[in-house]
Amino acid sequence: MAYQFDFVDVFKYTDVLARGVGLTVTLIGVGGTIGIAVGIAGAWARGYSGNRALEWLVAGYVEAIRNTPFLVQLFFIFYGLPSLGVRLTEVQAALLAMVVNLGAYATEIIRAGIEAVPRGQREAGASLAMTRMQVFRHVVLRPALQKIWPALSSQLVIVMFGSAVCSQIAAEELTYAANFIQSRNFRAFEVYFVATGLYLVLALLLRQGMRSLGGWLVFGRRA
Amino acid sequence: MSLIEIRDLHKRFGAVEVLKGIDLDIAAGEVVAIIGKSGSGKSTLLRCMNGLESHEAGSITVGGKVLLQDEEHLRALRLEVGMVFQQFNLFPHLTAGRNVMLSPMVVKGLAEAEAKPIAEKVLARVGLAEKFGSFPDQLSGGQQQRVAIARALAMNPKALLCDEITSALDPELVNEVLAVVKSLAADGMTLAMVTHEMRFARDVCDRVLFMHQGRIHESGRPEDVFASPKTPELQQFLGALS
Ligand SMILES: Nc1ncnc2c1ncn2[C@@H]1O[C@H](COP(=O)(O)OP(=O)(O)OP(=O)(O)O)[C@@H](O)[C@H]1O
Ligand SMILES: [Mg+2]
Repeated sequence: MAYQFDFVDVFKYTDVLARGVGLTVTLIGVGGTIGIAVGIAGAWARGYSGNRALEWLVAGYVEAIRNTPFLVQLFFIFYGLPSLGVRLTEVQAALLAMVVNLGAYATEIIRAGIEAVPRGQREAGASLAMTRMQVFRHVVLRPALQKIWPALSSQLVIVMFGSAVCSQIAAEELTYAANFIQSRNFRAFEVYFVATGLYLVLALLLRQGMRSLGGWLVFGRRA
Repeated sequence: MSLIEIRDLHKRFGAVEVLKGIDLDIAAGEVVAIIGKSGSGKSTLLRCMNGLESHEAGSITVGGKVLLQDEEHLRALRLEVGMVFQQFNLFPHLTAGRNVMLSPMVVKGLAEAEAKPIAEKVLARVGLAEKFGSFPDQLSGGQQQRVAIARALAMNPKALLCDEITSALDPELVNEVLAVVKSLAADGMTLAMVTHEMRFARDVCDRVLFMHQGRIHESGRPEDVFASPKTPELQQFLGALS
């Protein structure tokens, strides 16, 4: 055991790490928000639109995403789409991949929440002359999100970890930063130890953030 | 002309015909009790009258307008005919006041300042003025059901359909709900209620319908129906209750 730990050699690159953390946070913040919005829209389309074609389209999207690796989805967006004339920067591609991925999982999670809302609630809304859309928005959505908020929060954490894969297209997020530093100072243990710690802190913060957001947006009891 | 006219209404679930030709006229201001054994089709009839179930044949006319199954017609019907359910079905994430205000706001487009006095008025009407800010899980079953009645009243319907609205309540809470219904009846509200409260049906209703195997088997004024049932089925049904 002659190895000498040297964390100083890592902290020299604090600015690189900070930028990596910044991009990871941005990816999960923006991608998470849009992804959940996609999930709500997807769940609506599958359960409430009353449009068969749309239902099938969303079902196909969900199954396609849930049954393929995230890395391949990312490569498809970054390397594949330019053939169709859609050229995205690394960050744009990473963001899009995360939105598309989370959107599919969130659709399924939120749909389960919607199905757990008693039918009587929807019928009560309908009997008050609400449209299906109004029933969805005002009667079903909040109780549905309450039921699945913990699952949705966990999915968000999973997607944040998935963002590490975006280093593969040189999106300069936290894992990319760690790889970069390691390639300079060869301090693999120290670098990845620090990176692991940062992911842990980010994940805990994300869960706490979701708890607070949920308490405010979803569970909030406003008179 | 009757407020609600039902002609030869047929409804089936799969292979089972649940309503086998219902003819029914309900005049404005009339209070009708629907009684009958479990499975005789009482709820289905009521749900058809609110468009929660579609029907295969026959017609339902409310205020002269025939009920069609598209959303536009269904919503027009539901503006005229409110419904109260056995399980209350209050929206759990909203206060009593908000439960009542929701539909006036989103369906009728009222501003909050316009919907609030309406909600206060109908909650007072069911004796719950002070519960405006309470959530459903902070209310007793009887109070929840009264909020549900207020919620339906807030849309100012011409008729109210009540499906066993006291069946999920503890016995000591039944009367507070029935008292509200009774006062609505006294105010001229048109009511169709499925009920097992025979005494209430006798005291408050203008007419009693006895359903049996998907048909209105016998009907008439409560004093006649209860005192001298004509068909053996109704005799048996009433006999089993006493
Ligand atoms: N959604 C449904 N799908 C299939 N069958 C149904 C459905 N709803 C009701 N039925 C059947 O239709 C028949 C009539 O049911 P309905 O609920 O109208 O009876 P009811 O008179 O209200 O009985 P209860 O007193 O138990 O409430 C029953 O045989 C029931 O099993
Ligand atoms: Mg019933």
